Amino acid sequence: MTSTRRQFIKISALGAGSIALSGSALKWTSASSILEKLNTGSVKPLRTPTYCEVCFWQCAGWVYKDEKGEIQKIIGNDDDPHCNGRFCPRGTGGVGQYTDTDRLKTPLIRTKIDGIETFREASWDEALDLIASRMKEIKSKYGSECVALFTHGSGGSHFGQMLKAFGSQSITAPSFAQCRGPREVAFLTTFGDIIYSPERTDIRDTRCLVLIGSHIGENMHNGQIQEMSDAIDKGATIITVDPRFSTAASKSKYWLPIKPSTDMALLLAWINVIIENNWYDKDYVERYTFGFDQLKEHVKPFTPEWSYGITTIDPNVIRRTAKEMHDASPAVIIHPGRHVTWYGDDTQRLRAVAILNALLGSWGRRGGFYNPAKAQVPDYPVPDFPVPEHLPMEAYKGKYKLANEVVSNGICDATIPTPDQNCNFKIWIVNGTNLMAALPDQQNTIKAIESLELLVVVDTMPVEITGYADVVLPECTYLERYDMIRKSPHREPNIAVRVPATEPKYNSKPASWIAKQLAEKLDLGAWFPWTNIEELLDWQLKEIGSSLEEMKRIGVKKFPRAYDDLYFTPGEDVSFNTNTGKIELYSTDMEAEGFNPLPVYTPHEEPPEGFYRLIYGRAPMHTFSRTANNPNLTDLMDENTLWVNPKVAKLWGLSSGQYVKLRNQDDKLSTFSIKVRVTERIRWDSVYMVHGFGHNNKNLSRAFGRGINDTELITRVKIDPVMGGTGMRGNFVTFVFENETIGKESES
Amino acid sequence: MRYAMTVDTKKCVGCSDCVVACQTENKVPIGYCRDWIVEVTDGTYPQLEIEIRSERCNHCDNSPCVRCCPTGASHYADGGVVLVTPNKCIGCGACIASCPYDARYPHPDGYVDKCTFCLENRVKKGLDPACVSVCPTKCMYFGDLDDPNSPVSLVLKKRKWKTLIPEAGTMPHLYFLI
Repeated sequence: MTSTRRQFIKISALGAGSIALSGSALKWTSASSILEKLNTGSVKPLRTPTYCEVCFWQCAGWVYKDEKGEIQKIIGNDDDPHCNGRFCPRGTGGVGQYTDTDRLKTPLIRTKIDGIETFREASWDEALDLIASRMKEIKSKYGSECVALFTHGSGGSHFGQMLKAFGSQSITAPSFAQCRGPREVAFLTTFGDIIYSPERTDIRDTRCLVLIGSHIGENMHNGQIQEMSDAIDKGATIITVDPRFSTAASKSKYWLPIKPSTDMALLLAWINVIIENNWYDKDYVERYTFGFDQLKEHVKPFTPEWSYGITTIDPNVIRRTAKEMHDASPAVIIHPGRHVTWYGDDTQRLRAVAILNALLGSWGRRGGFYNPAKAQVPDYPVPDFPVPEHLPMEAYKGKYKLANEVVSNGICDATIPTPDQNCNFKIWIVNGTNLMAALPDQQNTIKAIESLELLVVVDTMPVEITGYADVVLPECTYLERYDMIRKSPHREPNIAVRVPATEPKYNSKPASWIAKQLAEKLDLGAWFPWTNIEELLDWQLKEIGSSLEEMKRIGVKKFPRAYDDLYFTPGEDVSFNTNTGKIELYSTDMEAEGFNPLPVYTPHEEPPEGFYRLIYGRAPMHTFSRTANNPNLTDLMDENTLWVNPKVAKLWGLSSGQYVKLRNQDDKLSTFSIKVRVTERIRWDSVYMVHGFGHNNKNLSRAFGRGINDTELITRVKIDPVMGGTGMRGNFVTFVFENETIGKESES
Repeated sequence: MRYAMTVDTKKCVGCSDCVVACQTENKVPIGYCRDWIVEVTDGTYPQLEIEIRSERCNHCDNSPCVRCCPTGASHYADGGVVLVTPNKCIGCGACIASCPYDARYPHPDGYVDKCTFCLENRVKKGLDPACVSVCPTKCMYFGDLDDPNSPVSLVLKKRKWKTLIPEAGTMPHLYFLI
């Protein structure tokens, strides 16, 4: 625990650490053999319900064990609306999270041996005592809100409960400002409601699906893929806007190979065409919307011909695709996407998307956007949480005023001391998110970490962020634990449970246990009054007429909707949760905060000579950087490749299979090299790679040095002033040749 | 009875779920696979087409692998499914060389392994093969060609299809909807 420069520790790379670790592995072996003995008696294959944690879609399924009592496979639960009995490759390969021998195995505490920073093994008691005493100290010195939680996934609710009881609401997830935030704010300001997760898009029954940079099929958002496939079967028109010939583009009737960063010019032209041709839903617009006349006036100059000069999309194609949307309306979806933090004007771009949907009357209509409903599950009664002296938003006072969730980069920035900040963050607890790959501008993140007094990382894997930690807590995987009841909104309200299929491996523990232990050490036991999480879950389930026993048998339970309001009824009087009570084509919220109430096109920087725009995306078998070491999933894809257009390849003398490094506009050189894939599927002004590779922690034996981490090349960040989103698509790279690369070495 | 499988290339996104589901269902060791994804791109930017196929053993009527097997390990089982009996297999690899679809691999335990259509562990229990039942796009259909109402028969009647390397004369039973 030093406030001087924090050295990145590659876990177990140093002598003392690695010896200690192998000791603990031995201890585990004996524990596991006991477990084996216990299970050999059972002949019948056991199945345990779970919901998946490999991504945020949280599909519910069944974990099956083989005759030896080992986890063999995970299969989707037929009753689950998230997956309809079909897991995606990541969920099917989720067993690799459990079997990965590179997992974090025991609590670690940063220490110094012979002047070198390293980790030493610690007991849970010692590690948690240390964290509790530092938290108390920070609370008395600076205030409880100076402890922040960064979280992504099921651990969040447990640690969140602990932190709120402690007196801090500084709880944030990169899923907002690094991902879907702009769409939620845009739809909130327009329709008075957000998109939610799983998305409320009624793809199943749509007649026209418009994807703008959203590569469903490569992003494996299970329900969306399944419904897109249904829509293809039913003959729906798919229109895909992407500079890359994505898988979705290959399934589309229209592919619009747009010049990157110009999407707004296309959206405005579509709005123009739909209004000029009277292709909008007149009754819907009159009945439900506010600001149509201003919008009509505003988009007059944005003709398809104007757009052509910017987007390179043929004006006739713009008209034809607008007509397709009109013909399908209201069963049309201009998809809001998910990872939409691109250029810093993302909320405005998503506002244009929302406006298009409103004009076509798709919100609240079958084949457009349905009204999701959630099961009502009561919280276990605990005392009121203390009211913190400062709320997290004060960390970025006067900025990001329309953010409806805590802005992670706002917390990160405010951790770096400034004279005008009365309470900088002093402790971070980071759970289930590798901030080194999730937050752009790594140098800024490191600067913030160096300013901390304590960094606690709770994870299953030795991902990069663990190397900066003072205390590392090994969380067990989702297959080894209970978690809170899943109650995501959907067409039918439903719940799903996660039950451990097996005991936690090594000395890892469930987040629910870790949070409760820590809370007790902080004298906050009153907020964790249950003996264990089973008691808590059983109480909650009994309150809604079920029980843990029943849920162990069925895994998923559906409930009837309280109202028959999946869609608007014809001519229904609807009041929207906006200032005007209408769908705001003209946003009064945006206007009040000093932003354009109607979206405008802003030109973005273009790549300098010899540089190419860095575009990144998803592969169907990986989630962020968290699966890059999963043995089952690396078997399907073990490194990312750099997509290069043949024209560019010719110019640089590149060929497929060759490894290159990349340098960006700020002279940042990639740590590792990446395999070139020469393909017609990418424009000549851009290169593309899948996010989540290029790990630099040697203890990730399958992921280390495989490919490039796009995040390290995203040094230029365009902040969305509306809600704090970090625009990451304004970075440009060029090729750097090397004779020898790590990628090649590990290949041989 | 004649089992067959069809893959709808218009819906397949090449996610490899079929590959990993087969691996976990059939305990295929990591590093090996019984099914795999092929992606073929045609054209130049922006006039492009991609065909994505989930491929595996074609369970041919006229299987070169069965014909060339010196021990009878490779054989026709119920419904024309081509299987390998591991303890009869000497691992000579003749079948691997003879297969025009490259559908077989040498299992580290010393025998040759390949797709079984999940005949014993799933199909005979009334379930679809693991790849078919997991596919998020529902792009695969399995069933009996002799039954005109089976999912494969119905979809082959309705749609345009092709088989791979028909000129090899193997009479394959893996169909691709195009």
